[in-house]
Amino acid sequence: MDVRRGQRTVIDPKVRQVGFVPAGATRPPARSHSVPTDACSSSPPAPELPLSGSSLSPVMIPPPRHSSADGLPSLSRSAASPVPIPASPLRRDTVQIPIGSYNPSESVLGSSPMISPSSRLDAVSEFSDEVPTSAWLGRSGSGKFASSFPSSSGEMMTMKITGGGSGGGGNTPKSSLTTASVVKALPGVSEKDRGALIEVQNEGISKPQKQKTSKAERRAIQEAQRAAKAAAKEAGEAVKPSASSGGALPASKQGKVVKPSSQKKDGPQVTAPVVPSEKKVGDRIPDKDRKKDVPHPRMQFDDKHRVEKAKRRAVVNQSEARNRVELFRHLPQYIHGTQLPDLESKFFQLDPMHPSVYKVGLQYLSGVISGGNARCIAMLLAFQEAIKDYSTPPEKALVRDLTAKISSYVSFLIECRPLSISMGNAIKFLKNRIAKLPHTLSESEAKSSLQSDIDRFINEKIVIADKVIVGHAVTKIRDGDILLTYGSSSVVEMILLYAHELGKQFRVVLVDSRPKLEGQALLHRLVAKGLNCTYTHINAISYVMQEVTRVFLGASSVLSNGTVYSRVGTACVAMVANAFQIPVLICCEAYKFHERVQLDSICSNELGDPDVISKVAGRNDLNHLESWADNENLQLLNLIYDATPSDYVSMIITDYGMIPPTSVPVIVREYRREHLWI
Amino acid sequence: MMDFQVVVLAGGTAKKLAPLVSKEVPKALLPVANRPVLSYVLELLESSNLKDLIVVVEGEDAALRVGGWISGAYVDRLHVEVAAVPEDVGTAGALRAVAHHLTANDVLIVSGDLVSDVPPGAVAATHRRHGAVVTTLLCYAPVSGPSDTGSSAGKDKVKKSRYNIVGLDPTRQLLLHIAAGAEVEKDIRVQKNILRAVGQLEIRADLMDAHMYAFKRTVLQDVLDQKDTFHSIRQDVLPYLVRTQLRSEISANGLHKVEDNANGRVSSQNYVTWMSQHREIAPSAYQELLALSPRSPENALRTHKCCAYIASKSKYCARLNSIQAFSDINRDVVGEASHLSGYSFSSQNNIIHPSAELGSKTTVGPQCMLAEGSQMGDKCSVKRSIIGRHCRIGSNVKIVNSVVMNHVTIEDGCLVQGSVICSNVHLQERVVLKDCQIGAGYVVTSGSEYKSEPLARK
Repeated sequence: MDVRRGQRTVIDPKVRQVGFVPAGATRPPARSHSVPTDACSSSPPAPELPLSGSSLSPVMIPPPRHSSADGLPSLSRSAASPVPIPASPLRRDTVQIPIGSYNPSESVLGSSPMISPSSRLDAVSEFSDEVPTSAWLGRSGSGKFASSFPSSSGEMMTMKITGGGSGGGGNTPKSSLTTASVVKALPGVSEKDRGALIEVQNEGISKPQKQKTSKAERRAIQEAQRAAKAAAKEAGEAVKPSASSGGALPASKQGKVVKPSSQKKDGPQVTAPVVPSEKKVGDRIPDKDRKKDVPHPRMQFDDKHRVEKAKRRAVVNQSEARNRVELFRHLPQYIHGTQLPDLESKFFQLDPMHPSVYKVGLQYLSGVISGGNARCIAMLLAFQEAIKDYSTPPEKALVRDLTAKISSYVSFLIECRPLSISMGNAIKFLKNRIAKLPHTLSESEAKSSLQSDIDRFINEKIVIADKVIVGHAVTKIRDGDILLTYGSSSVVEMILLYAHELGKQFRVVLVDSRPKLEGQALLHRLVAKGLNCTYTHINAISYVMQEVTRVFLGASSVLSNGTVYSRVGTACVAMVANAFQIPVLICCEAYKFHERVQLDSICSNELGDPDVISKVAGRNDLNHLESWADNENLQLLNLIYDATPSDYVSMIITDYGMIPPTSVPVIVREYRREHLWI
Repeated sequence: MMDFQVVVLAGGTAKKLAPLVSKEVPKALLPVANRPVLSYVLELLESSNLKDLIVVVEGEDAALRVGGWISGAYVDRLHVEVAAVPEDVGTAGALRAVAHHLTANDVLIVSGDLVSDVPPGAVAATHRRHGAVVTTLLCYAPVSGPSDTGSSAGKDKVKKSRYNIVGLDPTRQLLLHIAAGAEVEKDIRVQKNILRAVGQLEIRADLMDAHMYAFKRTVLQDVLDQKDTFHSIRQDVLPYLVRTQLRSEISANGLHKVEDNANGRVSSQNYVTWMSQHREIAPSAYQELLALSPRSPENALRTHKCCAYIASKSKYCARLNSIQAFSDINRDVVGEASHLSGYSFSSQNNIIHPSAELGSKTTVGPQCMLAEGSQMGDKCSVKRSIIGRHCRIGSNVKIVNSVVMNHVTIEDGCLVQGSVICSNVHLQERVVLKDCQIGAGYVVTSGSEYKSEPLARK
């Protein structure tokens, strides 16, 4: 645990200034400014301190091992952990989420990371890692559901059992089938496997707790915590204002925008969600190790131990690439090309997976579906299918069992390809809808309600949102404009086509980059529609930028500090445009917004197949890197995303209108309810 | 289970394989390394966790025998249902007969004479991934057996039927053209619209259709219903689907309707269309096709995809559809593809059952198999051959490159080379057989010599 924390701190985004650091961004001083608030929220020896402290000071001291286990000043603990909000100023937005509540969806979906003291307290970030998925299954209630899989499918299989297997066919020539051989008892390899899998998961979670605390210790802790509850509450309330005032987002202007808003929200809500959560946490601690409450929100792939553990669970056989770039060791890097055949050959062995989910997973893995919206839609449609075919096993509640099922699907999809933030939001939405299903609904009603919810989400959040964005964006296109776009964004394409249909006279400069050359498909479509296009690669960006009048870019996600997380190269384009004083317009649906704050593209990113950058298609004479994998001195890096600082973004066009990047937190905050509830 | 149903087409008493097959031994039960050939398919499927199977056998008697064997061998492992169909209905006819039992979304159709270690899941997964109408397993044609076997005419036929002319897109995932090897001598006709759609067509002749297909069930049933003249999957149904993939006449409309009805409120179909307009469809230039042709989305939907899964060269894949193939597969299964046989080999790389008795100075070479209860006299030599159960073999017998089935009696001084000797055959003294096939129960009189002849009881 502490090891994890230590590593977590190592990759903490806030201590590095890599990538585009706008001039004048002096974050560290401001950060140290907020240290005092933190210190008062948790006393020094508490395990949380190094963490929260780590986000504050650029120098990291790994916390002492096992400090969390043995008798700590329990007051400081309970004060710090159930009220994590004051620990970091970046986290204030998450107050709304009922922390540690026993709400079934929450406990499955993200109760564990909720309590994580890291600054990224979001549920979505957890979707994109692999560790917490186990936590979902292993966690109190849901562990039970997980173990119910075998029984349910076992039943399905044994249904087929008929009388004795007698040989011989054809009494009636065409129609009848003669049962020649019957499975008597289906001890099912797969079933066993699943059972074993679940055991492993449970083990993985319950083990550490055994070694760490004895019963007496735990009881002591529990009692101390109960006693300290009131104090904690007070402390929480006392600390909160100071945190929000002292911890304004350091040194960047958007920080100021965050501050008042968060205060506004914190004020009334502090007591409501926090207090009950305290109770729950207090009750829960004896059962669960605190460790489990604070899992890392994102799997760190440079932690061998955990990677091994995750691998044992994994459906997709992932062999990791050997030569990995040091800075990106924490990201999963697999040898591409081995996963797909392996997964394909296991097609029939994965019983609990719904075929449509499996299909989508394969499509992610093979790259048939790419692009944030398409992936999200495909996933939702697959879930819709799965829900359609779902039937609650006996003695289970639909709400809980279905949530567990969806979670298992999600973890499968993550193995195929890390989730995008948009998908995380969509999953959050779906789980929320499941959790909020009225208990009075019958199963079929619940299912159809969920299906229509999914339809509505796709329709409102993606399809219509795109139309709205197009409508907004078109007003920014004037006759004679030269518009530059990068890569292939579906929204930007729609904007360009619509503007063309409106008869606007403009020219498109399409910038593309190896290795995916996604722009070519877009170019093809645009030229086919009669648009006047210039196609170039990103190497020429500085030359081609001179004549451009507007830059339209798509985004994978927009984070609450205004950072645009998008296809790698976007930051470069935006920076050059900024240098030429050309407006950069980011087109992004609001469902892709996220409350996370990210300052560089290192801590959270995705690594693509390194082979594709070492090979040039159609140029066999350029195969200097042919046997690169054997050379230990060579590491190839194929990043998928990068983070564009908000300074380079002039405007974000979203379905709620055109906003400056500093207003992203407002959208995130004001519309989150709507995101979840529709 | 993954919404797939499996149909094994076990055939009947194939005339091609006379005199090896007979009323008693239908094709499915021909021994390969002393196991019925059907067991290879069944175990391949079982290893993929496919345990609910429909086995279609031509002919009532054959079905009885096959069913009897399955129920004995797989009684508590598989859930197999055997359907008997009249003989000579062809593969398409056989499917027609069981079509109404098919309910799953997709159907995996496997030929019962396939000996392979290609995971069926791979074919199914490719099928699913592309949302194809049909996906076929293509594998590199195995090297044909020793050239000294078989009559030249027979061999030609073999070669032709094994190879296929296959047209693939540049990503080698879409099947754009398929023709049986026999048609190679003539010109290959490639449809212009397909060529235009993909831009580039790769024609290959080194691939063999392994007769493992994943079909979309509705499409398969529609085709079987509408085209009642179709006789064979390989020769009729598959080429038809490949041919018409850009102007689909089959149930694209029907599908559309179904989906519309299913989600009447907000049609999911729209999203799929939306997606396909934007991002899906990465493999090959189908994307460009859709972009190029100013079709309405409905028209675009009137295409269907035919895909191919190409097994890697390291996988073994062969079909027992000729006498030559029978010898080859028997040789391979105890030889290069020995992992398929399921036996454990001795350090001499052969399998001699403990109950087999060998005389003095008798040698059994590598890649040989001697099943239980067989006895061999003195100074015998067995090379690259398979000998079945309870055979009695005299002294000074030489068996090379041959398959000897069960309960065969071979008297002293015989020479058997490149031959197949069926059950209960009696070879009297000093018989010389080269490249012969001896039908069950035949008695070869002493001293006779045969070369390249099929012999069978009248």
